[in-house]
Amino acid sequence: MGKLLRDVAIMGIGQTRFGEMWDLSFRILGIQAGMKAIKDANIESKLIDSLYIGNMSSGLFMDQEHISSMIIEEVGLTEAHVPATRVEAADASGALALRQAIFEIASGQSNVIVVGGAEKMTDVTSDVASDFIMAGADKAWEGLFGASLPSLFALMARKHMHDFGTTREQIASVAVKNHANGARNPFAQFQKEIDLDTVLNAPKIAEPLGVFDCFPVSDGAAALILADIDTAKEYCSEPIRITGSGQGSDTLSITNRSEITMFGSTIKASKQAYDMAGVSPSDIDVAEVHDSYTIAEIIAIEDLGFFPKGEGGRAVFEGETSLEGSIPVNTSGGLKARGHPFGATGIAQINEIVLQLRNKASGRQVKDARIGLAQNMGGTGGTSIVHILEVD
Amino acid sequence: MAVARFWRNQDQRYNLMGSECEICGRKFFPDKTMCPVCHRKSIGKMKSFRFSGNGTIESYTMVHVGMPQFKSQVPYILAYIALDEGDHVLGQLVDCDISKVSIGMKVEMVFRKISQEGKSGTIQYGYKFRLSG
Amino acid sequence: MYVPRYRISPSDIGKVWGKDGEAMGRSLNIKAKSVPGPDEDTITISVMAARRALSRVNLSPSSIGAIFVGSESHPYAVKPTATIVAEAIGAAPHLTAADLEFACKAGTAGLQSALGLTEAPDENIPVKCALAIGADTAQGAPGNALEYSASAGGAAFLVGRENVIGEIDHTLSYTTDTPDFWRREGMKYPSHAERFTGKPAYFKHVMECAKRLMENTQTSPSDYDHVIFHQPNGKFPLAVAKRLGFNKEQVQTGLMTPIIGNTYSASMMIGLAAVFDIARPGDNILAVSYGSGAGSDAFKITVTDVIESYEKGRAPLVRDIVNEGSFIDYSTYLKFREKIKMEGE
Repeated sequence: MGKLLRDVAIMGIGQTRFGEMWDLSFRILGIQAGMKAIKDANIESKLIDSLYIGNMSSGLFMDQEHISSMIIEEVGLTEAHVPATRVEAADASGALALRQAIFEIASGQSNVIVVGGAEKMTDVTSDVASDFIMAGADKAWEGLFGASLPSLFALMARKHMHDFGTTREQIASVAVKNHANGARNPFAQFQKEIDLDTVLNAPKIAEPLGVFDCFPVSDGAAALILADIDTAKEYCSEPIRITGSGQGSDTLSITNRSEITMFGSTIKASKQAYDMAGVSPSDIDVAEVHDSYTIAEIIAIEDLGFFPKGEGGRAVFEGETSLEGSIPVNTSGGLKARGHPFGATGIAQINEIVLQLRNKASGRQVKDARIGLAQNMGGTGGTSIVHILEVD
Repeated sequence: MAVARFWRNQDQRYNLMGSECEICGRKFFPDKTMCPVCHRKSIGKMKSFRFSGNGTIESYTMVHVGMPQFKSQVPYILAYIALDEGDHVLGQLVDCDISKVSIGMKVEMVFRKISQEGKSGTIQYGYKFRLSG
Repeated sequence: MYVPRYRISPSDIGKVWGKDGEAMGRSLNIKAKSVPGPDEDTITISVMAARRALSRVNLSPSSIGAIFVGSESHPYAVKPTATIVAEAIGAAPHLTAADLEFACKAGTAGLQSALGLTEAPDENIPVKCALAIGADTAQGAPGNALEYSASAGGAAFLVGRENVIGEIDHTLSYTTDTPDFWRREGMKYPSHAERFTGKPAYFKHVMECAKRLMENTQTSPSDYDHVIFHQPNGKFPLAVAKRLGFNKEQVQTGLMTPIIGNTYSASMMIGLAAVFDIARPGDNILAVSYGSGAGSDAFKITVTDVIESYEKGRAPLVRDIVNEGSFIDYSTYLKFREKIKMEGE
């Protein structure tokens, strides 16, 4: 239990820029990311045994289900009737798709799998998007009564401030850091630095959170090529191993939990991943975490064991998670600056870690990064998934 | 139109009808078929339990931008409330100024319009809260 | 009873329409009217009033055999307010329920129906007690005189045979086809016939009804400790009291319109609730409602000893509710009353 039967590694990565991609349809976004990953892995398409796609809500946003079939057709693999699977766990869909692919390879069923994540969220107006996004939390018992997704995180923020003394400035500093990092990421939706005052004085969304505390509405796709370690070594000079994978669940509604200042799902997922990889939090050199809202990053770095409970805000504010800090977090810009197409984020996080471990994250490279971690969460923590990656 | 789906939850929305596990005594809102602590032992042993609607504020926020159905109500206060008998509930806090609200204050339930399915559809009624005492 | 906590003053209304609102207020003897919040309607008001009534007695809701809700602003044209009240107070499903309409006297029409069902114990019509509610969220057309008075509120009365705080000794009505005030199906706002709503309408029906009840019971104005009339403004009830031979003190306790406006179907009933808040055993009450279209229902009530043990403190008293007001301006009032056309409408 808790072990993979075969080792797996990533051979190639690719993503589109994230943002408002008016000219690009969902199909085009998917194929662009997929082709980049295949090119990066330097393989022929016919090597692909299976496809997984993480996507939260093609049904609501595009009126279309069964997108596994849509994407595999776009990738040109339907002649060989390659199996395709769509996976959903709100905004953890990307990481969950990866996790399913890992098991398919580790079990010996497949050797090479293309794993993608994609979402097109800008074809609807922002208030409608707000409604659809709530489908990742409890529509019946939270949404119906007036809770939007940001308001749920606002409740967590206020409780965190009340219980631990976390300040508004500490929370806002997450956005400042992530925008500074995003400015160095050519794929980021926002590539402009912002200052603390901008975040503090931004229009309010749900107090204490404002516009800059919240992820933007984005389109985008990201993909990677996953293989068993032997195949990976055959084609790739620097395969990146996935040494740990963990997953945790929690209640759909925050009302059915005992605490709202931590995510039990993340704690469970990270423990599983650390155990499988045989590492501890202090071994992690670089991490991508789920900053759908600034407060979520603060809670994540506590849940992942990087900082003691209640210390997350102080740590970010004092620069411990900046590029020069003891544990750089969200070097890509995070969900806040890189953008957050729901299904794509999980894969984009992995891709950033791969870049870091390959020493190819120019402008934002963490020195001597050998072990990286990515944490991807769904909704208000109903699902959380952690992966640990290492240089081979 | 989600007529049946909303109708099914009327007792929960109007009267805060939840469940009590006869094995461990824990109370849940909304109702549950099985106790998440007692599991199989609790099947068939979950009885209806009506919460009083009295509770304490554990967190709150002022919502300025929300979903389309709530556009005309912003800004409004959303509270995370610990019900006296156990479990938590989310609801709007009405009839008060946000400057008067703080964590730890007591609230009581009131009966209000929660939403409607457009001008020609049904209206959903249910719980909101206001400061008590 | 229940009255929403928002208030608007006549002067704030008059300002927008180029009228001297304060003067209008004085001429109507109205200082403020209640405004329902955007999440309130006749159904929510009825439920709150009913829950408060129930909280004051030790009665299982399942023993309520009938619920009548009278209003001219039921949220649904078809689908009764009464069934939602029934579910929301735990009285469903073994009861009868119906909504009533008779302009401002729909609530008292319900009271008479409740009386009829509970009056004589009969195993074939097994209704032990019944709930009669009058509630409204009245609308006046913007710029119209009715805007200064049309307000919102609700009152609920539990009618039965045991443990009564007041005996309804006698009730009678006076009903004619008099078109003083009406609203056609599909129209948002009512229409009225201006001064015709006075003498041939309100005054004729209230007075004829009151006089006949006093004749039938061989009583005269001086026999009563309290008298409550329907109160479309703060002037009419004082005028009709005078004409009938009552004095100001007898009317005072039940006169609510000057501070909350005309709550239509709840109007007389809220006044009656205010009297019960201070009534003593043996007090004689005359209550006369009026509904346009037109008709009056009169009730002679004697307060019993049970009032001494009545747990009125379990719910807010009328004077506390009506005095707890939070003033809003005209634009907020328009938004709350959905008088502004939104996109897509």
